[in-house]
Amino acid sequence: MGGFLDRLLNRDSKSAYQAKERMRMVLIHDRVNMNTNTLENLKNEIIGVISRHVDIDSDSVRIEMTQEGRQQRLIADIPLKPSRRRGSG
Amino acid sequence: MPGKVITITSGKGGVGKTTACANLGAALASDGLKVVCIDADIGLRNLDVVLGLENRIVYDLVDLIEGRCRTRQALIRDKRLPELYLIPAAQTRDKSAVSPSDMIKLCDELRGEFDWVIIDSPAGIERGFRNAIAPTDMALVVTNPEVAAVRDADRIIGLIEAEEKGPARLLINRIKPNMVKRGEMLSPEDVIELLAIELIGLVPEDENVLTGTNRGAPVVLNGKSRAGQAFRNIAQRLRGEKVPFLALDENGGFLGKLTRMIRTGGR
Ligand SMILES: Nc1ncnc2c1ncn2[C@@H]1O[C@H](COP(=O)(O)OP(=O)(O)OP(=O)(O)O)[C@@H](O)[C@H]1O
Ligand SMILES: [Mg+2]
Repeated sequence: MGGFLDRLLNRDSKSAYQAKERMRMVLIHDRVNMNTNTLENLKNEIIGVISRHVDIDSDSVRIEMTQEGRQQRLIADIPLKPSRRRGSG
Repeated sequence: MPGKVITITSGKGGVGKTTACANLGAALASDGLKVVCIDADIGLRNLDVVLGLENRIVYDLVDLIEGRCRTRQALIRDKRLPELYLIPAAQTRDKSAVSPSDMIKLCDELRGEFDWVIIDSPAGIERGFRNAIAPTDMALVVTNPEVAAVRDADRIIGLIEAEEKGPARLLINRIKPNMVKRGEMLSPEDVIELLAIELIGLVPEDENVLTGTNRGAPVVLNGKSRAGQAFRNIAQRLRGEKVPFLALDENGGFLGKLTRMIRTGGR
């Protein structure tokens, strides 16, 4: 069982590791028929809609695909900016 | 109790569906269960030669469906295993000669007489796949630890779910333990995690599969073959028995985490 750390450290150079990482992305996009481009467009539209109602930190917005079993989910993390009214009131 | 219909399918071709069908049929029949294997790969008949029954064919699946023979006449009995039968594919027709409802009707009849009906599906997502999946109680998806086969397996698993024939079970075939150990082949854990379905069996790469096929004798009949043992284990799991997954580890184990992963549904 020795050499676990060694294996861990250069794991990403092994072809099986690369196969797995590539397949992870490919399968997500196959399953939901979405590519990084649509995801980026979606993110920009969401930022547009939400910032019409509330101030957001648009540079920190993250939209990610996650997997639960065979179910894909879109997770949006949208940091809000502190309200300005407090300072002026 | 009516028999159970199992469909063996895959996205990519050549991953081992026909091999699995012949071997699971032979394994169940050698346990005394009555089994019929149906070759649904119309136009690309193969199961007959893998089982060594090519010289006995008179009628085929399309003859049966189109009413040119009775069911009894289309059933070819195996040479070695008296409980194993084959309904061969038609060689000179195409998939459109059979419809999903034809297959449902036929399998409903066969359920009355057989404990197991095992359908060998053609590869792909077309009509032949729909025919093979329509009557099924359980779909087994065969894949190899290789990117194209895994990707196509994912497509098929999605289609099986969409047809409400899920959940499909995964059979990973042609595993090379030494390559897995070196990190140069996707491990069973990797494939299960990617496809996120329940595992039914792990079959190693084994030359005996080819030599058995050369002779028309399924490798489960070879007591020394590791692939044969793997297929016998799958047959037992189909019968509802809990059989530990083969540690394919004559040359070093790699199945440490596996049991845990299976229990948690592949995550
Ligand atoms: N575990 C194994 N070890 C070694 N060889 C194998 C193994 N499984 C299958 N093979 C070989 O792989 C080849 C393809 O197998 P098979 O015909 O069963 O695939 P298939 O999925 O039915 O193909 P098709 O999509 O064309 O119907 C055959 O030559 C078979 O002998
Ligand atoms: Mg085949």
